[in-house]
Amino acid sequence: MQTSPRLILLWRVLVFFAALSPLGYWSAQVALGHAGPEPGQYLLLKFGLCALVLLLLTLALTPLTRLTGWRGFTAIRRQLGLWCFAYALLHLTSYVLFILGLDVSLLWDDIQRRPYIIVGALALLGLLVMAVTSNRVSMRRLGKRWKRVHSLVYGVLLLVLLHFFWVVRADMAEWAGYALAGAALLLLRLDALSRRLPALGRRLRLR
Amino acid sequence: DARWDAVVPADPSKDKTTPFEDATHYNNFFEFGTDKDDPAARAGQLTTAPWSVTVDGLVNAPGAIALEDLIGPSQLEERIYRLRCVEAWSMVIPWLGIPLADVIKRADPKSEARYVRFETLVRPEEMPGQRSRFGLIDWPYVEGLRLDEAMHPLAFLAVGNYGRVLPNQNGAPLRLVVPWKYGFKSIKSIVRISLVKDAPMNSWQQIAPNEYGFYANVNPDVDHPRWSQSTERRLPNSLFSPNRIDTRLFNGYDEVANLYAGMDLRKHF
Repeated sequence: MQTSPRLILLWRVLVFFAALSPLGYWSAQVALGHAGPEPGQYLLLKFGLCALVLLLLTLALTPLTRLTGWRGFTAIRRQLGLWCFAYALLHLTSYVLFILGLDVSLLWDDIQRRPYIIVGALALLGLLVMAVTSNRVSMRRLGKRWKRVHSLVYGVLLLVLLHFFWVVRADMAEWAGYALAGAALLLLRLDALSRRLPALGRRLRLR
Repeated sequence: DARWDAVVPADPSKDKTTPFEDATHYNNFFEFGTDKDDPAARAGQLTTAPWSVTVDGLVNAPGAIALEDLIGPSQLEERIYRLRCVEAWSMVIPWLGIPLADVIKRADPKSEARYVRFETLVRPEEMPGQRSRFGLIDWPYVEGLRLDEAMHPLAFLAVGNYGRVLPNQNGAPLRLVVPWKYGFKSIKSIVRISLVKDAPMNSWQQIAPNEYGFYANVNPDVDHPRWSQSTERRLPNSLFSPNRIDTRLFNGYDEVANLYAGMDLRKHF
């Protein structure tokens, strides 16, 4: 499928605003007093879940490209990955600012003692490494190693799912949905499946 | 003809009543979903009348009792209690109801009764959380108290809050309120009260025995394995002031301390 560079640019701008809009919406909810009695907790949960959704979407781009052959999916990969990092950072910021009230000693206490905080922190660290090496200069400098560095994303996904798993209380349904999506995306990375995607795309007339 | 303000906070300036809107739209009631706003959104469909409560077990006067007859003989009173959730947030809520002890006395417990077991309604067609295939709670939701805890004058059965009939999301038409224990002990939409010999296995203890015990007394010195219990966020709060206050032993209700004299509260958490 051929798409003109101008259309690709438009698509990237659209994706930019689509990724920005939840932040705007949730901020407005808080500003209008519609976020309930604990707005900090509200933002914390929304940002965290949004980061996970963006991580899954980012991971879906490569299989989608193979399935459809459309360049547009590859064109937004870095952007979505950075958005994922941005929301994960907002998630941490909400925690430190709104929940802990900037009491850094509490954070340190948490990091030492609470496994789900440690796991979340590790995942964020992984995202940070990928974010700072996502520019062209780093790509050039890292050469072949760049791909290896960015395969951190699979580990990050597992850590994020574990982080989420440990905060689930009464019902696994929501978590199970995300875990299933994550597992499917990881499976699609297996050579045996990944190889078949272009042919499947042709059969489904996606490419 | 209720006795208004029968129990009020010692210092009302520190324990300001939580706005009605917040107390009714920020709830844990997993029968209706796991998000805080699920109960308010989904509990409206629950049929709460007619309602009867089965009182059974080790009692001399067992039977299914209509809600009106369960409550009717007692004097309704209003009590403004602090509510401390195990998740480290808290509210201050005016309840309307009767002492739990009244109901237990009328059931006339036998001498071997040691504990009280409570059960919530199971009605999946009106309670979407009970329809989930991935739910961890083995319905019905069960809670329990030691008999002397249940007889304590602070233990309360509520049928209303904020001077009106209990909203469904707060546990209509009948819920327990045990202000010195974490909120999950205060079981909602009760259909059965049984006097028993052994400590009942409460739902949260069943799911995660290392995190939730039978007693669940509010205690700043015994952390939840995943977070500290030494402070709490008094709601409503705002983004830049989490409104963190120190958590007090027994949620500040010192008069219950003698129930636990000589007990290791770390072991019996």
